[in-house]
Amino acid sequence: MSDSAPLNSFPAEIGSSKPDPILTVDDMVRTFGGLRAVDINHLEVQRGIITAFIGPNGAGKTTLFNLITGFDKPDSGSWVFDDASIGGKAPHIIAQAGMVRTFQLTKSLAKMTVLDNMLLGASNQRGERLRYALVPTQWKKQERQVLEKAEDLLDRFNLAHMRDEYAATLSGGQRKLLEMARALMSEPRLILLDEPMAGVNPALVESLLQHIENLRDEGVSVLFIEHDMDVIMGISDWIVVLAEGRIIAEGTPSEVSKNPAVIDAYLGSSIAEELKDV
Amino acid sequence: MIMNLLAGIDISKLLGLALRTSIGVQSAVFALAAVGLNLHYGYTGLLNFGVVAFMAAGAYGMAIFFTQGWLGGSILLAIAAGLVFAVGIALSIGLPSLRLRADYLAITTIAIAEVLRISFRSQRLLDLTGGPFGLPSIEDRNAEVSFSEIITVDWNPINDGIYGFWRLRFDEQTLWVMILGWTLVLLSTLLIWGLMRSPWGRVIKAIREDEDAARALGKNVFSYKLQSLIIGGMIASLAGVTRAMNTGFVETQQFKPQTTFFIWTVLILGGAASIWGPVIGAMAFWFIIIFVEELLRQMVDSGWVPEAVLASNDIASVRMIMMGVMLGVLMIWRPQGLVGKKEEAQIDVR
Ligand SMILES: Nc1ncnc2c1ncn2[C@@H]1O[C@H](COP(=O)(O)OP(=O)(O)OP(=O)(O)O)[C@@H](O)[C@H]1O
Ligand SMILES: [Mg+2]
Repeated sequence: MSDSAPLNSFPAEIGSSKPDPILTVDDMVRTFGGLRAVDINHLEVQRGIITAFIGPNGAGKTTLFNLITGFDKPDSGSWVFDDASIGGKAPHIIAQAGMVRTFQLTKSLAKMTVLDNMLLGASNQRGERLRYALVPTQWKKQERQVLEKAEDLLDRFNLAHMRDEYAATLSGGQRKLLEMARALMSEPRLILLDEPMAGVNPALVESLLQHIENLRDEGVSVLFIEHDMDVIMGISDWIVVLAEGRIIAEGTPSEVSKNPAVIDAYLGSSIAEELKDV
Repeated sequence: MIMNLLAGIDISKLLGLALRTSIGVQSAVFALAAVGLNLHYGYTGLLNFGVVAFMAAGAYGMAIFFTQGWLGGSILLAIAAGLVFAVGIALSIGLPSLRLRADYLAITTIAIAEVLRISFRSQRLLDLTGGPFGLPSIEDRNAEVSFSEIITVDWNPINDGIYGFWRLRFDEQTLWVMILGWTLVLLSTLLIWGLMRSPWGRVIKAIREDEDAARALGKNVFSYKLQSLIIGGMIASLAGVTRAMNTGFVETQQFKPQTTFFIWTVLILGGAASIWGPVIGAMAFWFIIIFVEELLRQMVDSGWVPEAVLASNDIASVRMIMMGVMLGVLMIWRPQGLVGKKEEAQIDVR
């Protein structure tokens, strides 16, 4: 837990204000036909901590991610990232602003090598501009730095041995890892991870969690969606619970796990049992 | 039996003709267009079914500029005008449709190609495009007042004569246009090679694989697609220019939709998303077409195939059927094309 944010001082209330929000969402509604997939009055995400979105299947977690990152358009609503209003901006503009996401259904670039996937992630590459592309002297130096960073991350994510393989040859869990590592290449200030642990080997989950904690300690804010209760309780500083598009609770892990509304509305009885031990 | 079958078949002529065409100007023209399409489809994943629109833009842009005598009627400026016209076509296709789903681009490209061809033919544009008669006008063509004169005759450094050996002999004019055409092929292939090994090329390939992934990493997908459409379109327009140089005139019959599908065949035959695929594809395409055509002709002439089964004037259409069959076989046996990488083959996915 980062020392700058005494979390137990935030009120564990829905829409509570945080001392230093990196992301603020207001009156966001997204309907699909008659279904209100997302319906949020106010949400603040604190900077420098790990925030988890939890909720049953179909609660609207992924839709909320899509809206925040510009991949989907809300019926109404506004949101501010780091003091800049980014509502209605194109996804690539939002990503360039420092908010980078991963996808629940992984989007590894199958017919590119693992290394190329990684190199693509880095932002502000000179060589990506047409006018410099044909002149390697313009971008070789930066490319070497990007390469170093990529190799370092591949190492940390246990993918170094797959470096030159096509991403198509990776397993489902490895693709999750690759996508997360690739997102980190851009050095985001806020990273949004949609079920990053799904399908990842439990032995590796430990080190991934460690990595996410390190990220936070380096000052990156993390927002992630997860179903695995052990993971959520173990790593999150703050939890936002969604059900049927609405936020039904917010708080620290221990606060949320005691919240009767959460246990009623969301957690199946078996999970509620598990939570009692936490 | 075998000997009997071969009786009446002139193998030397068969191979000679096929080889001759596969290194000829027409082959260079197809290779150029396929290099452009390769950037569009092979690397960026853009479904351009209007390749011929870019070829027509290049040829007509140059021909109109030249015959109108604009800016002194300089031939190099005229070629530049052809390139600019191709950029205009790329923008008019790309701006409205590149933000939409991939299939909208496909529809727009087919439509623009036909709209362009039919407009060029129309009476209203007679003074500019020569309508159905093309450019230059028939009289000027006979009087040899043509854009190709300057390049193929005036600028031709090769002494008059016949060059080559065996059945691969060309006069100085054909040889010169061949050299120019294949030089353009080489330069555009080098351009694509340079682009695709750069970080720019990495983004382009990423867009082919998954647009949303590229967007999520902060890449302006629309802008890259437009750049790809423009660069590939300009290369394809040089194919039109080269063809016009060779024939000495342009007319709308040269730019019918089937040309687009021949270029697609060339690309898939050679291997999409490979640097040399378009070149190998163009050579193989013409080799096969001419080989099959000549073989059938000789078989009909020597009585192996009765006239009742295949008349001489049906051969041209049969060779297309053979092409289709061969493409089908290739897709099963080598979906990545002759020189493509299997892992990067576009055809077998999704
Ligand atoms: N494009 C769409 N069209 C119609 N309905 C949609 C669309 N996207 C999402 N929905 C609906 O919105 C609701 C929320 O979906 P969402 O994917 O956000 O859930 P989730 O919380 O991420 O669930 P899970 O945990 O299963 O991933 C679901 O009922 C879903 O069917
Ligand atoms: Mg989801």
